[in-house]
Amino acid sequence: MTGAKRWLIAGIVLAVVVSIFSAQFNRYHLGIIIDIGINIILAVSLNLINGHTGQFSLGHAGFMAVGGYTAAKISLVVSPMLPPALQPMIFLFALLAGGGLAALAGLGVGIPSLRLRGDYLAIVTLGFGEIIRVVVQNMDSVGAASGLKGIPKYTTLGWAFSLAAVTIYFVTALVNSTYGRGFIAVSDDEVAASSMGINPVRYKVTAFVTGAFFAGIAGGLYAHHKQFLSPTGFDFLKSIDIVVMVILGGMGRTTGVVVAAILLTLLPEVLRQFSEYRMIIYSLLIIVLMMARPQGLFTWNRKKGGAA
Amino acid sequence: MDWLLQQLINGLALGSIYALIALGYTMVYGVLRFINFAHADVLMLGAYAAYFLAPAVNSIFPLPSLTGTLIIVLLSAMICAAIGILIEILAYRPLRQRPRLTVLITAIGVSLFIEFTCQHKAVFGADTKPFPQLLPEHDFHLGGLVIGSNDLVVVVTTLLLLGGMWFIVQRTKMGTAMRAVSFNQQAAALMGININRIISFTFGLGSALAAVAGILYALKAPGIDPLMGVQPGLRAFIAAVLGGIGNLPGAALGGLLLGLLETFAGGISGLSNYRDGIAFAILILILLFKPAGLLGKATIEKV
Repeated sequence: MTGAKRWLIAGIVLAVVVSIFSAQFNRYHLGIIIDIGINIILAVSLNLINGHTGQFSLGHAGFMAVGGYTAAKISLVVSPMLPPALQPMIFLFALLAGGGLAALAGLGVGIPSLRLRGDYLAIVTLGFGEIIRVVVQNMDSVGAASGLKGIPKYTTLGWAFSLAAVTIYFVTALVNSTYGRGFIAVSDDEVAASSMGINPVRYKVTAFVTGAFFAGIAGGLYAHHKQFLSPTGFDFLKSIDIVVMVILGGMGRTTGVVVAAILLTLLPEVLRQFSEYRMIIYSLLIIVLMMARPQGLFTWNRKKGGAA
Repeated sequence: MDWLLQQLINGLALGSIYALIALGYTMVYGVLRFINFAHADVLMLGAYAAYFLAPAVNSIFPLPSLTGTLIIVLLSAMICAAIGILIEILAYRPLRQRPRLTVLITAIGVSLFIEFTCQHKAVFGADTKPFPQLLPEHDFHLGGLVIGSNDLVVVVTTLLLLGGMWFIVQRTKMGTAMRAVSFNQQAAALMGININRIISFTFGLGSALAAVAGILYALKAPGIDPLMGVQPGLRAFIAAVLGGIGNLPGAALGGLLLGLLETFAGGISGLSNYRDGIAFAILILILLFKPAGLLGKATIEKV
């Protein structure tokens, strides 16, 4: 584990050091780089649910929305009351609160998922994401359908990438621990796993809660990066985006998923001049990918063709 | 009392459309065990087929008229059946032996592809187009109740098609083969059933139903656009799962139930904003207690 820890510290130090020079970057480029950090957190956390544990969640954007709105509301209410020096503390607290509430939502989805698998689970998670969107759309305290404006810009490159490093470290360490082998066992064969004394229910719920927590953190970062939240930003398509990152990288392959998150964040920017064809290309990419390399772009030696 | 009856009528009309769409989902699930996300977009294509056919048919059989509408519906259903079969051959057939999740994600890809292609200005464009009036419209007043002729058409058409589907699946050779394939694909193949033909037939039938549902939906909607299939598709899909996916009467029951619940919830002022969420909330509640849906059989995994 010391190796992983070293990577974690290296990642955070690098993020902080680069962050010092972030004023040198072009604003547009800086924005995209922060997007990459946020998407890495989303993809790696979904990978714990969809990849390592072999569940199929289509509601990751819902968790992100819970975290984003909670964090944004907290900093909107609290930050005017406290001196600016405390700003990083407020931000950290807001992010953790957002993550915590998202984790609670994850528990809410995890429990019905105990009895469901495959397509049924996919539908329930999809439905859950939609329910969150509808609820937010009708909550006047967070701006309802017109969105939440004027969120302070707290997210920096350092924050985004330090937290991305923490997410990668946490998920990797969790899955590679003795306890975490159970996730892979559940993904490979639930019945066999439970006959070996592994409780699939506990693992599934743990995966959902942990994944949701980090999605909530990513939502908080996103809110303080874009400074504006709208319920339509967290629709079904956003969940699909994250799912595609996980598939492109290869289910259960952390490195691949990180690379895929980077590529798929850059892709729309590269295709900007063909913006009218962008989504057509994107959907074709999904189909072609599924036909040619369902195990992910960066997987060469996995023992079986993707998690079923 | 009048309010209740009125909501009941509206709910039945809405639920009938959901039931028609849900049938397509459930039939495909029956033979291939995956949710065909592109089904909702075939519905949209059906409405667009009718939109483009209407002026041509109008010159021979002036609209609004029953004959003209029947011709339009038949032609649209045939076009959509062809599209459905084509989608299966191009996108799903190469993946027949792959894990179901791969196929599910491909289906999402196909759905997005159709939606975004149709939104492109060279195809249909993203704007809403007014749907032509196909049938003469008349409101029947029964005491305090108002029954639109379109609502009646929707309910009657659905009942006829449900009956027809039941006949095809239960009483014809093709239907028997469909049931055999859904029961055990390998055994069916060993009995001399051409699996590919049955699957194509199922897709064609489901897509034709989607086309009819799309036209019925468009009759009641203010206009058509490339994303018009998404919301009814999602509901129908919930309806299919609600009734027990793979189960034909279940899909019809789920569709009607969902249509009624949604209309009643929409009629209550505090709840109407949450309409989109209510369908899913009901689904989750029911799956908590009956994971295989209302009429679905719980399967036991053998080790």
